Amino acid sequence: MHPAYSIIVFTTLSGLGYGLAVVLGLGFLDPSLLMTKLAYLTSLALISIGLAASLLHLGNPQRAWRALSQWRSSWLSREGVMAIATFIPLTFSAALAIFADRHDVILGFITVLGALVTVYCTSMIYASLKTVDSWHTKLTPLCFLLFSLAGGFLFASAFVGNGLVEELLALLFVFLALIAKLVWRNRATTLLPISTPETATGLGFIGKVRLFERPHTLDNYLTREMGFRVARKHAAKLWVIAFICGVVLPILALLLAMTIGEGLTAQIALVFSVIAYVLGILVERWLFFGEAKHAVMNYY
Amino acid sequence: MTSLPQNRTAKKLGLVIDLDVCVGCHACVISCKEWNTGGYGSALSDQHPYGADVSGTFLNRIHSFEVAPEGGQIIGEAGDARVVHFPKSCLHCEDAPCVTVCPTGASYKRVEDGIVLVDEDKCIGCGLCAWACAYGAREMDLAAGVMKKCTLCVDRVYNETLKQEDRVPSCVRTCPVNARHFGDLGDPNSDVAIMVVERGGFDLMPEQGTRPTNKYLPPRPRTSLSDSAPIIPLAENTEGARGFFAWLDKTLDRI
Repeated sequence: MHPAYSIIVFTTLSGLGYGLAVVLGLGFLDPSLLMTKLAYLTSLALISIGLAASLLHLGNPQRAWRALSQWRSSWLSREGVMAIATFIPLTFSAALAIFADRHDVILGFITVLGALVTVYCTSMIYASLKTVDSWHTKLTPLCFLLFSLAGGFLFASAFVGNGLVEELLALLFVFLALIAKLVWRNRATTLLPISTPETATGLGFIGKVRLFERPHTLDNYLTREMGFRVARKHAAKLWVIAFICGVVLPILALLLAMTIGEGLTAQIALVFSVIAYVLGILVERWLFFGEAKHAVMNYY
Repeated sequence: MTSLPQNRTAKKLGLVIDLDVCVGCHACVISCKEWNTGGYGSALSDQHPYGADVSGTFLNRIHSFEVAPEGGQIIGEAGDARVVHFPKSCLHCEDAPCVTVCPTGASYKRVEDGIVLVDEDKCIGCGLCAWACAYGAREMDLAAGVMKKCTLCVDRVYNETLKQEDRVPSCVRTCPVNARHFGDLGDPNSDVAIMVVERGGFDLMPEQGTRPTNKYLPPRPRTSLSDSAPIIPLAENTEGARGFFAWLDKTLDRI
């Protein structure tokens, strides 16, 4: 599948923003501290940039409001509705922390619930597509949720500076996300596609089907959108880069920060862990799209 | 509303495509583009039509496949490899995943006849329906930024200003070999439904669970070349020669 930059930025940043919103909603951070207020603003900014980016790939973004109407059937619509619905308690929580140094448990609980459901909806846009075998699994939402939570706790650790609990939870979720992604990837690389050129043409009863002549001499929308192959050439290298940035570096930085305890070096290590993690997730998301094979390519 | 009709539509307008007959001339492709670029919705644009990197929006395309049985690469053995021309357009699925993923309500399946359409004024051009379709039936028009798809020529089939013979989809009307047939597949007594039963019409990618309305008729079995070719080549066969030719045959054999 074609990895549109806007979609990669959207799923990465809004995922991290909602992950941070979960940690904030659970009340891990002391609302009277300046860093907590900044964390709220960061969460809101990540989500806003992500949602704005998602509009960029639309053919007619001026009608984007219509996407909120079909929540009964469409995961994309549900995602839009939940993203905006979650914005409200998150903004109130942020205002409460910034102006009154307070954290409201009920408001926080609603934010947590909304954020988790939003990330789940985002992942289901992809997981619900039967046409892309590697996405069509419950492991896809699991990965998205764990990536989001791992990012949330990494961000929170960086904002707190010396929070052992946040750091341990960040370690735990990075580790869980890694396991989930390994299982996901193992499935994706070993699965047998449900559709083949034989089922796509119905000509399997005669023999093996091979494309003899394309319908057109050059590319079309379908081959550009579904037949993207650039990332596949470098997939193994990109996977290593994603693994180092998204797992190895954040874990090393976290361990370093936990050993030092507090101070500038620990703070730098934690900020570094966040930067590495975001890069890692961006590469992972690139591969998520770039490596995905669509059923329509059985005709090409 | 992008939910599918509550009850399955009784009338199921669709196409039956005969893979035995199609010669791959692409007349239906051009006729489709011609009708639909000036008809329903925005035009079917081309990008760089006179440049090096030409591409454009089409609602109907012809692929050609080589089908080779085991060992069939060698002519005359185990049946022959053959080329099958394969027209492909929207199948107007009963359980159309392109409709339910639409976030805006632009994509819908008509209750009255099962035709799947896009309301272009509501389409935001997110492309998710094209991702949800296994058949490549939907193409984003890059000029208009909206999704285009086969309308089953909804603006022809009910158009009373056209002559009766023209009230069929443009691709069906234009096909020079009658490889495309239009009708109500929900009516078991319709010509198309009978054709499907008699010829063993099949669904494309049934494993995707989309229940396509359009059906494809399989290519008929061929007589293998090894069966039809005489054991003694024709030029060598003088059996049955009489009179002067019999004498000439014998004499020349003796020399």
